[in-house]
Amino acid sequence: MEENTHIPENDGEGRRDFLKKIGIFAGVGVAAAAGAVYVASDYEERKHPEGKKVRVLTADGQLVEVPESELQKIEQEELDIEDEMQRRGREGIPGKSWVMVIDLAKCRNARMCIAACQAAHQLRPDQYHINTLVMKDSEHSAPYYMPKPCYHCDNPPCVKVCPVNATFKRQDGIVLIDNLRCIGCRFCVAACPYSARIFNWFEPRDSEKYKDQPYDVELNVPQKKGTISKCLFSADRLRKGELPYCVSSCPNGVYWFGDMNEDVVVNGTTKEAVRFSQLIKDNGGYTYLEELGTKPRVFYLPPKNRIFPAPGEEQTASHS
Amino acid sequence: MEKKLSLEESRQRLTQIEDDLIRPLKSHKGLEIWVLFLLLMLTLGFYAYYLQLRDGLGVTALRDYVQWGMYISNFVFFVATSLIGMLITSVLGLLRIPWITPLTRIAETIALAFAMFAGIVIIIDMGRPDRFPYLFLHGRLQSPILWDVTVVTTYVIISLLLLFIPMIPDAAILRRRMQNSPKWQQAVYKFLSANWVAAPEQYALIKKSIRVLAILIIPTALAIHTVTSWLFASTLRVGWDSTIFGPYFVSGAFVSGVAAVIIAMYFFRTNYKLHNYITEAHFNRMGQLLVLMCFIYLYFNLNEYFVPAYKMRKAEGHHLEALFTGNWAVMFWATQLGGLVIPMLLLIFKPFRKPLPALIISIFVLVGAWFKRLLIVVPTQQHPYLPIQNVPQNFITYKPTGVEIMLTLLPMVGVLIVITIIAKLFPIVPIWETAHEQGIDESVIK
Repeated sequence: MEENTHIPENDGEGRRDFLKKIGIFAGVGVAAAAGAVYVASDYEERKHPEGKKVRVLTADGQLVEVPESELQKIEQEELDIEDEMQRRGREGIPGKSWVMVIDLAKCRNARMCIAACQAAHQLRPDQYHINTLVMKDSEHSAPYYMPKPCYHCDNPPCVKVCPVNATFKRQDGIVLIDNLRCIGCRFCVAACPYSARIFNWFEPRDSEKYKDQPYDVELNVPQKKGTISKCLFSADRLRKGELPYCVSSCPNGVYWFGDMNEDVVVNGTTKEAVRFSQLIKDNGGYTYLEELGTKPRVFYLPPKNRIFPAPGEEQTASHS
Repeated sequence: MEKKLSLEESRQRLTQIEDDLIRPLKSHKGLEIWVLFLLLMLTLGFYAYYLQLRDGLGVTALRDYVQWGMYISNFVFFVATSLIGMLITSVLGLLRIPWITPLTRIAETIALAFAMFAGIVIIIDMGRPDRFPYLFLHGRLQSPILWDVTVVTTYVIISLLLLFIPMIPDAAILRRRMQNSPKWQQAVYKFLSANWVAAPEQYALIKKSIRVLAILIIPTALAIHTVTSWLFASTLRVGWDSTIFGPYFVSGAFVSGVAAVIIAMYFFRTNYKLHNYITEAHFNRMGQLLVLMCFIYLYFNLNEYFVPAYKMRKAEGHHLEALFTGNWAVMFWATQLGGLVIPMLLLIFKPFRKPLPALIISIFVLVGAWFKRLLIVVPTQQHPYLPIQNVPQNFITYKPTGVEIMLTLLPMVGVLIVITIIAKLFPIVPIWETAHEQGIDESVIK
């Protein structure tokens, strides 16, 4: 049983492959530019038969030089965007180790995170990738709001049980779902102790509208009927160097997001950057139900010194 | 049984047995109505499946919390009931228990039919049945589902062999006796009789094969239900996260299997007029076997429910309260008492092991066994670690829809169809083994 069998490998087709990489990585725009360069090179080549070098920007932002004679126009059908998104989606972003910190003291259930998330992932109102729950740990403890995304566990129970490698763990720590692979057995939903996963019981919202859109495994969009979906840490945003949808839409500074390797997290509201380890250490950060051994990547800061009224109090205040 | 019969007596006795056991294959009184009923149910089932394919699994009452429901309960029930083949033919057979002979084919037919349709039940539950081949194309051995697919397939194959290899001599007899049957039917007999001429070497071979299969099926049968239990036990969910799920499921499987065989025995005995072959003594024995199986299962139930209940750990407490006194209490106690404890206590007394009382008790046990699977599968999902909030009410409660009920019945109809076909094409009580047991020499039986 091979893993990642469908990922197209570098089959060593030399220059074509190389060019394909460049072209695709840089997107259609660069592809078009490359095409233009090719056309131009036709003319140039006649002028300089020994070949001139051109500079091209690769996906990871490196400027490289390629002999002009090596440039080739990429045909539209060769540009299989979906395949390429699958390949890089499964691979993840090298060198990163994403982590989220949620400050429970700051959450007042504004639910902007939920709205932004549902809009980005084409979800129905009752489908949550992130959900804000009212928690009360014991009889005499105060209630608090707890936003709950997927915890992207380092020992993910959901990934273990998947029979077809549809849900997988990437090198940057994100647990994703490939909706083109998922068979809809829902074993992962059963296995997740945090109820993080949802299922497309019906035709997804606006499926007719988006049916021609190529499937993006880093966004789970368009959603597919009969398959699983869940929080993706906004893998598509991270690839573009942006903060996740929920993080950047929070008005109250609840979310910190960053890279554990760099030990830096950024607040989605204030854009303030702090040391991740220091933030956790100073505020008594913890992961939820860590005794289950799942090793979550989402950390909570306890709801102390709250600036907002606790759940319940707010409602009473507004009613009186 | 060891008394030697003369050749003439043997021939007469054999003809009598053949007449008795083959007669039901020739008369089709009432069959049309039965087949019509099955076909009607089948059509309704297919229509329900069409609706589910068209609109998605949302046509069921399943939602993001209770996301395994009747279908998965049904799957567990099917796998469980199919285990009976292993108990009767294999365990009791290898122990050389003499009275099982007329029951082996009933048990194997039930085993095969339920095991075959267990796979269908899983496909009904899949969100993307069109991607079923992915299990083989992209299968990951780490997943218990892959183990389940592997062992269920193996079990179906061994059960198929355990049904048809002992049938070879009978197929030869049928070839001789059923010459008025349609061409295709004769072709089936010819194929299944595999050039049987009742030679001593053939007998030696057939007995050895049965023995090998009977041994092979024990670990396979244990594996299918243990692995099925691991679909639950391998998760971190309260109510499933249990170390005794393997033996708990296996012992429960024998309860429903024995009950299913008693029901089938009663049906064939009365409808096929086999009173001389499936006797009151058989009901007596099977009743005793059911008591034993119920007792073992009760023991595991005690461990499964009362040990956690003694501690009442927070999350488990919510789950157990829902079962014992909450919204599942009626079903829970009806199943435990009406489907297990009371049947067991009644069957201890001999009058209740007579055919009719045994039938009624077995129906209670079998229905209870089905609901018990539902009680294992569903309530756990209503008690996750994190509270269920901000979702519609129907995400929390679970009220199965009509489509879902039809699709739960569909594989049951399938099982009945398979059993009907087998019992109409072949004698449901093995001829040669019965003859052999009555002291008729093997060389006569051909």
